[in-house]
Amino acid sequence: MTPRSAASSPASPPASQTAINVLTALLEARTGQQIAAYRSWRLDTALKPLLRDRNLDTLDQLVTQLLEGNDRLIGDRIVDALVNQETSFFRDAQVFEMLAEAVAAAESGGRRARIWCAGCSTGQEPLSLAMLFADRHETTGAPVPEIVATDVSDAAIARARAGRFSQFEIQRGLPVRRMVRWFDTTGSDWIAKPDLLKRIVFRRMNLMADPAPVGRFDIVLCRNVLLYLSATTKEQVFPKIAAALNPGGVFVMGAGETVIGQTRLFEPSKRFRGFYETPR
Amino acid sequence: MKTCLVVDDSKVIRKVARHILETLDFTVTEACDGREALASCMASIPDVILLDWNMPVMSGMDFLRALREADVPRRPKVVFCTTENGMAYIRAAIEAGADEYVMKPFDRETLESKLQIVGMA
Repeated sequence: MTPRSAASSPASPPASQTAINVLTALLEARTGQQIAAYRSWRLDTALKPLLRDRNLDTLDQLVTQLLEGNDRLIGDRIVDALVNQETSFFRDAQVFEMLAEAVAAAESGGRRARIWCAGCSTGQEPLSLAMLFADRHETTGAPVPEIVATDVSDAAIARARAGRFSQFEIQRGLPVRRMVRWFDTTGSDWIAKPDLLKRIVFRRMNLMADPAPVGRFDIVLCRNVLLYLSATTKEQVFPKIAAALNPGGVFVMGAGETVIGQTRLFEPSKRFRGFYETPR
Repeated sequence: MKTCLVVDDSKVIRKVARHILETLDFTVTEACDGREALASCMASIPDVILLDWNMPVMSGMDFLRALREADVPRRPKVVFCTTENGMAYIRAAIEAGADEYVMKPFDRETLESKLQIVGMA
């Protein structure tokens, strides 16, 4: 292995097919997520900070370190870098309006609703829900639902728990009044107030391999996660989500996703357009 | 077609904002300070105003206060777009009647998301 020299060129040589295969196989084995061949350029972009951190020039050198097995954490670091973490506050705003209705329906018996954000990435989705329902609590006194948020990436969950966002991240989708109400500044970053963060239980969870959070939920959001999984992996995940739902509970996928043709465990909800329910 | 008045003393920022806004189907007009913006609004009220803070002649804040007190046929949405990123500035802008706030530097996604929040995209 050749460490990067001080005079090395900024442009890395292309990764070998072997390195690409090892990295994509590692990601799929650990998370179920796939990187299509035409998107293999993403490996280079996503792993560049890790290469820099380890003073390496190429993905082949990184794969060699991985296969040597001397560093137990390197696989985790690679997976954390490759997992797709694209998210924003109040992503697809109309979904949140319908979620408020679904929560109100679940509360009709006078009990507190439960929400599971499966694949919460760096926390913007559960924080959006916490803000939505904390604001509702202040105006109507309705209870704030219990929110459990999970993600396969340790790094993403650590960031979500910290509730710390860059200026770019905080501005994506978050109305300014909620930003000043629920966040404080520190340097150029914005940090969620403890009163907001305490409303969410964050937990690392591999959708494929780990058991679902304890108890049943009225709403399970798993948005823009399953589209990265193979059909086989989805077959493992759908029953887990179906089993986690209360009778009458709803399952929410991303705007471009559907269960149609993929599983019979869910059908389009007649009450909430775009959401899914288990057949009665 | 929706209309947007971009108020900024930087020609570069106006050009970048115009480019983004035109891809979002806005008709764009420009002003390089608050006074010019106020004159533009008196002639024709836009749907939304993208407003810098620090400008010569009349600042964005002075413009906003004057606009909110002016007798205009409808209330345009005002989105501050500024390097003044401190909490005190943001609170002052909301107090003065700003609908949204973009902290520079910004990109297309940020601007689009803020326009969506004010019902303009």
